Amino acid sequence: MSEIPGDLKFLKSHEWARVEDDGLVRVGISDHAQGQLGDLVYVELPEIGAAIQAGNGVAVVESVKAASDIYAPVSGEIVEVNELLNDKPETINEDAFGAGWIYLVRPSDRAELDELLDAKDYEELIESDDH
Amino acid sequence: MTEKTVLNATHRALGARMVDFGGWDMPINYGSQIEEHHAVRRDVGMFDVSHMTVVDLHGARARDFLRHLLANNVDKLKVHGKALYSCMLNERGGVIDDLIVYFLGEEHFRLVVNAGTRAKDLAWIEKQAAPFEVQVKERPEFAMIAVQGPHARAKVLDLLREVDRPRIEKLGKFAAAAAQGPHGMPLFVARTGYTGEDGFEIIVPQEHAVALWEALHAAGVAPAGLGARDTLRLEAGMNLYGQDMDESVTPWEANLGWTVSLDEGRAFIGRAALEQQKAAGVPRVMVGLVLDGKGVLRHGQKVLAANGEGEILSGSFAPTLDKAIAFARIPAGEAGDLRVDIRGREVPVRQVKYPFVRDGKACDGI
Repeated sequence: MSEIPGDLKFLKSHEWARVEDDGLVRVGISDHAQGQLGDLVYVELPEIGAAIQAGNGVAVVESVKAASDIYAPVSGEIVEVNELLNDKPETINEDAFGAGWIYLVRPSDRAELDELLDAKDYEELIESDDH
Repeated sequence: MTEKTVLNATHRALGARMVDFGGWDMPINYGSQIEEHHAVRRDVGMFDVSHMTVVDLHGARARDFLRHLLANNVDKLKVHGKALYSCMLNERGGVIDDLIVYFLGEEHFRLVVNAGTRAKDLAWIEKQAAPFEVQVKERPEFAMIAVQGPHARAKVLDLLREVDRPRIEKLGKFAAAAAQGPHGMPLFVARTGYTGEDGFEIIVPQEHAVALWEALHAAGVAPAGLGARDTLRLEAGMNLYGQDMDESVTPWEANLGWTVSLDEGRAFIGRAALEQQKAAGVPRVMVGLVLDGKGVLRHGQKVLAANGEGEILSGSFAPTLDKAIAFARIPAGEAGDLRVDIRGREVPVRQVKYPFVRDGKACDGI
């Protein structure tokens, strides 16, 4: 299990959000989640320009085993998606907190970020998951 | 209460991700399902299949009993050790289970049935066996390890007692024989499998299973989980009970007609229903599908055909092919171009003859 970066915020459903310097929010799934899912073989990315609502499913990752919805940690507009995942979905398995990011969103309500778990709370959550 | 095989601690020590599989705590993978899949296709891998149920049948009328119980005909078993794949049907022709039967003597046959159907299988077999005075004896003291892949037989042969090697090396496909393994442990070695690769399925007394597993591991055989076993068998075109057929499905509707023996005068259970369905016309057929575009075919997705709707049975990403494949059950007749509903999107798929993969390679037309 790789270290959970301290600047990330989390949903209980294992999505992470990182506020970038330009105020945009990058979203992915946690290393714990990729481990649970197993080898990823397909990622259905959202459309650039799409308006998304916090808590709604906006992307889908498929492992050999199953398809899983990726929920939005914050509302806003999709400004970029990680096209690399079209050809190399396994990037999420290899680097879930880095190169395996899924999309970038321009948040419409920054207060939503305060409702997310911080890295420490998330770490406790997955520890209790494992036992 | 979850059941554990004798290899449970060994799997955990290898870092396996464990899941509940029909009431058994089993390894789904040891890190990467895809790497384990490739190991079996390209080299050699091994699976703990000790959750499967071994049942021995003893009695003077054992063969007669199996003529009655099974849709395939055990009279095809003439040579000691020879094995036969068959469905066990109910009176309506529905599949209670699929199994392998081994001929070990005129008064001794061995069945290997699925883990998830153990209780109902045993109840059914015992009920049917009573009039034949055949003794039905489960053998929970056995473990089972499947060693599969192009190098599987060589790896196993190396571990056998030297005098046993030539005989086991010559063992034909779908045949079994006794041999001695490391430290003289008694093995029942069958040249069978569920991956589309050559190899052996080895029945071993529980107390020797860990030593056999470790000897195979030390010889370079890669542990592989039930996840890889599932993608391997799907690529190989082999049905999974409960997903591809069950008691509401006849062998005709599960592409298992080749296992039904409608030989003269043999009144096996379900025969009348099968003949009736055949005469009336089989309403549904099982077909193979390939998705050439992006996405993954999954169990339960709706299949849209010109003549009605069907559904995906087993469906998965196929690591050997790098695309998704599936079995589907669709209405018989002119189905035309098929589409699958993936999360509300209608995606075109190609109907193909399967197996999809044999002996490490994609089959023609896949």
